[in-house]
Amino acid sequence: MSQASKEKSAAFCRLTPAIMNSPSLAGVFVAAVKREWQLQVRRKGDLINPLVFFALVVVLFPLGVSPTAEILAPVAPGVLWVAALLAVLMSLDALFRPDLQDGSLEQLLVCGYPVAPLSLAKVLVHWLLSCVPLVLLAPLLGIMLYLPWQAQGVLMLSLLLGSLALSLVGAIGAALTTGIGKSGVLMTLLVLPFYMPVLIFGTGAMQAAVSGHSALAYLALLAALALVALALSPWAIAAALRIAVSGE
Amino acid sequence: MIKTSAKSTPALLTARKLSCERDERLLFNNLSFDLYSGELLQLEGPNGAGKTSLLRLLAGLLPLHQGELLWRGEKIGSCREDFYQSMLFIGHLAGIKTELTPLENLHWFAALEGINDEALLEQALWQVGLAGYEDHPCYQLSAGQKRRVALARLTFTQRSVWLLDEPFTALDKSAVAAIESLLVKHSQADGAVILTSHHALEALPGLKKLPLGEVS
Repeated sequence: MSQASKEKSAAFCRLTPAIMNSPSLAGVFVAAVKREWQLQVRRKGDLINPLVFFALVVVLFPLGVSPTAEILAPVAPGVLWVAALLAVLMSLDALFRPDLQDGSLEQLLVCGYPVAPLSLAKVLVHWLLSCVPLVLLAPLLGIMLYLPWQAQGVLMLSLLLGSLALSLVGAIGAALTTGIGKSGVLMTLLVLPFYMPVLIFGTGAMQAAVSGHSALAYLALLAALALVALALSPWAIAAALRIAVSGE
Repeated sequence: MIKTSAKSTPALLTARKLSCERDERLLFNNLSFDLYSGELLQLEGPNGAGKTSLLRLLAGLLPLHQGELLWRGEKIGSCREDFYQSMLFIGHLAGIKTELTPLENLHWFAALEGINDEALLEQALWQVGLAGYEDHPCYQLSAGQKRRVALARLTFTQRSVWLLDEPFTALDKSAVAAIESLLVKHSQADGAVILTSHHALEALPGLKKLPLGEVS
């Protein structure tokens, strides 16, 4: 082996794989999820930034307004939701840009498989690693804002469903603005109108829970929004990525 | 163009009257060629002649506004999936993730072809002279070594048409020679290669040249 390694560069040999499955979309999807997971876990800063932002907004709010329960408790649902929404938006800005810069996006487009499900893999991993921690952090911040106990479950559930919709819709904006350099503001303008219904139903669910009513209707609407986004946004993301790569 | 291969089999890839315009500048016009299996097609021309644009056009990364492309005699629109799964494109930017190790990078590219064989990928890295670097993240590698990671795909891919944009960039002499011999082996095994390069490749058997940048 050592002797051969000295001559290794003389000619590269063709290797024949011993195990060859006929590639299937499901297999490629799993590989895409695995690769994205490895990648995003190693970008620790990108994972922590939205969490820090979310926590900072909620921590600073009582300092700026008033630390009393009478004032904080009524606004807690809105503050938590707005802070979470902006944190999700912030985390999405650079979703596809590194892929454009290192050629991964080109490779995705020429890989021979439908781009929509593979870009969905990326967004789902992003949601799992960036948004689910937000959801887990939210109850703690809720306590700081005197959010009533009975609303904590609804807070987590509404954020879980809502952040999925926000990630999927935001990814369309991120894909559309990938080709044009620093684009944070443009992406925000593009995406924010579509964030309004999620915000309204999310805070609606919270208000219902705080006042002791059932939040089920709002949560069902949030789930519906998430499912619609899940079904439609991958195709929009794929089309947007194609435009970004062709540079036209 | 003289066809050396048997005419009864349709060309792998046929381009008819392609033109490409970038930023209001005509790069090429009425460009037609056939690519048969066993051929190495070198795109030639000065910088800015449209070599990369042509490759990207063939790979489907640029929209085809004029002309048509045939894959095994059929219009590409009707056999898009078959074409893409038979084609391997490596651009200037090879899609190597610097946060991942060479092995993890190759895992993804292998998965695209249904290969899940760790030993094979390790062997591929050993082939391209990256033995011992399997577990180093790619940001620790030099430009030439990253290029080698990308080109390691060529050792195990089962895809038949390779589109390579400046594959020899940043490679040392011995790696260039090794890649050249790999290209020849691939073409002799009924594959085909289209590449852009400023290297002199005259010595390679089966080489054809396509000059660009002569728009009148």
